[in-house]
Amino acid sequence: MTEYLIRGARPLGGEPVDLRLAGGTITEMGAGLEAGTAEVVEAEGLVLLPGLVDLHTHLREPGREDAETVESGSRAAALGGFTAVHAMANTNPVADTAGVVEQVFHLGRRAGWVDVFPVGAVSIGLEGERLAELGAMADSAARVRVFSDDGKCVADPVLMRRALEYVKALDGVIAQHAQEPRLTEGAQMHEGVVSAQIGLQGWPAVAEEAIIARDVLLAEHVGSRLHVCHLSTAGSVEIVRWAKARGIDVTAEVTPHHLLLTDENARDYDARFKVNPPLRTQADVAAVREGLADGTIDIVATDHAPHPVEDKDCEWAAAAFGMTGLETALSVVQLAMVDSGLMDWADLARVLSTAPARIGRVGDRHGRPIAVGEPANLTLVDPAARRTVDPRTQATASPNTPYLGRELPGAVVATFLRGRATVLGGALVEQGAPQ
Amino acid sequence: MDHLLTAAGLSRGDAVRILDTAAELAATQGREIKKLPTLRGRTVVNLFFEDSTRTRISFETAAKRLSADVINFAAKGSSVSKGESLKDTALTLQAMGADAVVIRHHASGAPHLLASSGWLQAAVVNAGDGTHQHPTQALLDAYTLRRHLAGPGPIGQDLAGLHVAIVGDVLHSRVARSNVDLLHTLGARVTLVSPPTLLPVGVEAWPCEVSYHLDEVLDQGPDAVMMLRVQRERMSSAGGGFFPSPLEYSRRYGLDARRLATLPSHAIVMHPGPMNRGLEISAEAADSDRAVIVEQVANGVAVRMAVLYLLLAGGRREDLA
Repeated sequence: MTEYLIRGARPLGGEPVDLRLAGGTITEMGAGLEAGTAEVVEAEGLVLLPGLVDLHTHLREPGREDAETVESGSRAAALGGFTAVHAMANTNPVADTAGVVEQVFHLGRRAGWVDVFPVGAVSIGLEGERLAELGAMADSAARVRVFSDDGKCVADPVLMRRALEYVKALDGVIAQHAQEPRLTEGAQMHEGVVSAQIGLQGWPAVAEEAIIARDVLLAEHVGSRLHVCHLSTAGSVEIVRWAKARGIDVTAEVTPHHLLLTDENARDYDARFKVNPPLRTQADVAAVREGLADGTIDIVATDHAPHPVEDKDCEWAAAAFGMTGLETALSVVQLAMVDSGLMDWADLARVLSTAPARIGRVGDRHGRPIAVGEPANLTLVDPAARRTVDPRTQATASPNTPYLGRELPGAVVATFLRGRATVLGGALVEQGAPQ
Repeated sequence: MDHLLTAAGLSRGDAVRILDTAAELAATQGREIKKLPTLRGRTVVNLFFEDSTRTRISFETAAKRLSADVINFAAKGSSVSKGESLKDTALTLQAMGADAVVIRHHASGAPHLLASSGWLQAAVVNAGDGTHQHPTQALLDAYTLRRHLAGPGPIGQDLAGLHVAIVGDVLHSRVARSNVDLLHTLGARVTLVSPPTLLPVGVEAWPCEVSYHLDEVLDQGPDAVMMLRVQRERMSSAGGGFFPSPLEYSRRYGLDARRLATLPSHAIVMHPGPMNRGLEISAEAADSDRAVIVEQVANGVAVRMAVLYLLLAGGRREDLA
């Protein structure tokens, strides 16, 4: 396996240092290291981060290989600076058995670009009626620890209670897609001034907040661990802040797009901006940014949701919900949080690597400190770069990026997965799967 | 602009020009031969994804009076019902050389998509999209208001100083949205009257007043009362449970003989049709000499002639927003 000498990188934006990567780990750190036989990666001015970890990705395989495959999605992940992704369960068939999660796990191993950790469904078929065999998925080769019906809410309070209780035996977590179904029947976009004007059926903030409020109380009652997916409203931030102050074991995520975009983007009926939960108001964007900066929101997760052209190139009401995010997440977080002065690079490493690795129970391998002896899962970012987003140059199989034509700051220069470069010079490093 | 997509997109000048043009065209419609040669050789497609015989006939009549060739494309029973996308339908119409596409669609924003996608070159006229806009309805309503209430020889005039009450299901109404925008642009004061369940969250940003009480608004002596159609199925829990019962709706928001009698002597009663007699409007109100509901239909043809004329007759296309 190639040895690498990374020269002059700034770990978490700090003082420049050289690092040697060999045998899958960081073997040496210091000034003026000798290259020897190692391949040198010049990293002057680049920020070195622990490899990014996405707790919320849709890889679409099995079932919707026209939108994404584990191969294409994990290529996109590597290009985005990720070394691990959690693949959501709403595939076809649903990842509600040990068989399906092991299939996804092995597809991830074969692709080899990132570690793919399957998320297991909470309920059979995401139907919200009976618990799936969570124990079998936890004990499988995929070692599932995160369970979610994402795409659908575990709306039945009794089922949610049982799920929270049950995963205590598995060191698991329920990642809830908070969407009260009755309040959002037919809903198309955030309910407010814009929806009233452009005549799209509203999706009230309370539909998210009511479920989060219920679930933190359930988590407290049964003494379990709750993770709130893609929180999007100012009210949700307040509820999570309250729950944490009360000592409830809750974590929360926000997506890059909810840190940047608003319901104003819907005015032209461009379905690339149609997403679940919907884009909210400027006040909500300010609140989720503040919540992320002060630690109320623990992580940023992409909710990468690829869809083929025909599912977006149509009337808003007919279009699918979701947007891609793996290849733009780091840039959007840099723009919204770092360049705006709300966070530094160490904070960014926390919300995009350390904390998601811990929540997903993969913190023994990912989201590690940058130190000698640690696994060489690393990402090099050029914060001064500027690039214009063009889906044709992305690795994801789907074009539904909301940032089409938009200039974003920052670029991933290199990604290392256990010491192997998956990305160098901003491009994928093709080679046989190492595992 | 090359299209008519929303009433909000019309300036005062644009709107007055359309109303004036409609008045000129209406003056020709008393003749024995009503047909004008203006749009001879042009093709107008009525692309209707939703059933609306009234609106479709109105546009068809308008186009034919201007000598355009008219193609009616009803989505039901066509390739659309077999799953053809809006894009492919648009590309088909483009290939056939449509000069204008009049589109009625159940999805808000579909006309906008058609006009901005680059799929076709034709002028797009929004004939009602979802719960968004129905600009020609607002124009014909403004035309009717101006004819009755803006005094003699209304050419060039707007609706400054008039007070119009719009009563009913605002939440689901593209007619209400379009009228609020256009009547405000033309200087009228608009009051929406609706039960709170049938008002959209966000209505506070609209350029109008809002009331939950019809009798209080009628006491203000509005110059016109526009009753909106209320669908009976909205009363059931399956339809959203917006209102307890049709009877309670009529009692609180229906225009009946008693309420009709409280209106100022010059006030007119309007309805975009089709009416639910006995629900939002009683037979006495609908058939009274205050009602201009049938005239609205006639004015609809004149206004739609004006829109097609301004969009398609050479040289003046860009005059219209």
